[in-house]
Amino acid sequence: MSKSERVPVYLDYAATTPADPRVAEKMMACLTMDGDFGNPASRSHIFGWKADEDVKIARGHVAALVNADPREIVWTSGATESDNLAIKGVAHFYRKKGKHIITCKTEHKAVLDTCRQLEREGYEVTYLDVESSGLINMKVLEEAIREDTILISIMHVNNETGVVQDIAAIGELARNKGVIFHCDAAQSAGKIEIDLEKMKVDLMSFSAHKIYGPKGIGALYVRRKPRIRIEAQMHGGGHERGMRSGTLAVHQIVGMGEAFRIAKEEMAAESARLLALRERLMNGFSDMEEIYVNGDLSHHVAGVLNISFNFVEGESLIMALKDIAVSSGSACTSASLEPSYVLRALGREDELAHSSIRFSLGRFTTEADVDYTIELVRKKVEKLRELSPLWEMYKDGVDLSKVQWAAH
Amino acid sequence: MAYSDKVMDHYENPRNVGSFDKDDSAVGTGMVGAPACGDVMKLQIKVSDDGVIEDARFKTYGCGSAIASSSLLTEWVKGKTLQQASEIKNTELAEELALPPVKVHCSVLAEDAIKAAIEDYNSKGGAAAEAAEKAADGS
Repeated sequence: MSKSERVPVYLDYAATTPADPRVAEKMMACLTMDGDFGNPASRSHIFGWKADEDVKIARGHVAALVNADPREIVWTSGATESDNLAIKGVAHFYRKKGKHIITCKTEHKAVLDTCRQLEREGYEVTYLDVESSGLINMKVLEEAIREDTILISIMHVNNETGVVQDIAAIGELARNKGVIFHCDAAQSAGKIEIDLEKMKVDLMSFSAHKIYGPKGIGALYVRRKPRIRIEAQMHGGGHERGMRSGTLAVHQIVGMGEAFRIAKEEMAAESARLLALRERLMNGFSDMEEIYVNGDLSHHVAGVLNISFNFVEGESLIMALKDIAVSSGSACTSASLEPSYVLRALGREDELAHSSIRFSLGRFTTEADVDYTIELVRKKVEKLRELSPLWEMYKDGVDLSKVQWAAH
Repeated sequence: MAYSDKVMDHYENPRNVGSFDKDDSAVGTGMVGAPACGDVMKLQIKVSDDGVIEDARFKTYGCGSAIASSSLLTEWVKGKTLQQASEIKNTELAEELALPPVKVHCSVLAEDAIKAAIEDYNSKGGAAAEAAEKAADGS
């Protein structure tokens, strides 16, 4: 087996990324007595001024990556908070205008659970189905819009499948209908181009730790023209123009700013490199029997590949792949035994959803890592299939969909 | 999730993997679980004329704990009479493998599998089943 330099190989960049060393260095300069440790809200001395200047620069970097105005960026603790602030903030501010919200079944839990909470508060939420490609059907979306619809929340890149929604088109539709459009871009910022001058997105959630920044920091883009209003969810000293109170975490903010600066500089080259690696990975599996790619690869972010290895259960495969760090759409660890709701929404049968593995590649992934992964996965899938009664039945020509299973 | 050493051992070196001819009258086959639930266990026993399980085989689609539970079970049933094998409790398997609460269902499935295999064997009216019946009639 070809040697990878680093075992275990990290292929879970969609879960989180290590901080880029350049990011960590910037952050370290904002913590100690001899660094910029001040409170940016302190107006009366140099410590505050320096910290404020650091935050200003970082805000500029974040805004620049998505072609926004720095004044449209609100710091939060991460994409989850940004999603909460955007959705609850709009719902609460515009409640007199209407109480209907549209989202989609494949959204992140930070959006879905926030919508569930609003339902408890008396709002109505439509959860759209997706096509088997993972994409929203624009006609279905249009038909779901009502007189009292105040918000559409659709993510840019899906975290499990890597499928990219056409947010430019959704933005056009929403603007025409006078509905506010929020987009969770935690998985897309720094990976595919976002131009908020052109795209009619009103609110956009960002995370730092998905693009080589630190955990615990994110941002919400809030459009100024036309002006979007949100009701604060965190009250206090009136920071971030009253939208999100709390002393700014300068070291986190500086880290996020540097991560976004690097992303803007390196995104094009990095995406091309990741796409080549993903194709290498896919090619390594392509002659295997009974494998299914989840999500349409022609509408796809470069670094993610989600595959179901039929007749092999995901958790046991992950256990066999302990020398690579990946994740599974099988949630056998939970008491519910529910497979991934995202893959179910794509119309995948439960058994294929249970058999899925998400590989996500990133800045520090090498060709050697990919080659090692291919060999290991092939070997382990073969071994587990030898152990699988379903594989045996499939090989014997049994139609598994016609078998009466003893439920338990 | 952290697995116990025993689960890892059975998972990495599963015992008695394979299949017997399910039409053989000396073989009992139990297939339990469902693919949609994330686990399917097939357990087979080969029974001697005097009702002793001579050999066992399994195949399992499922998590590591499910594979380990069925592997361990094949070890345990060998040499046991059908009666003794049917008395194996899932709690014993769970305890031996130190399964966490969320994985106890794997041992339940294994217990169901051996019961199903014995039932299948008995339904075939094999030599030992007949003997057992006669013994029952005689008492």
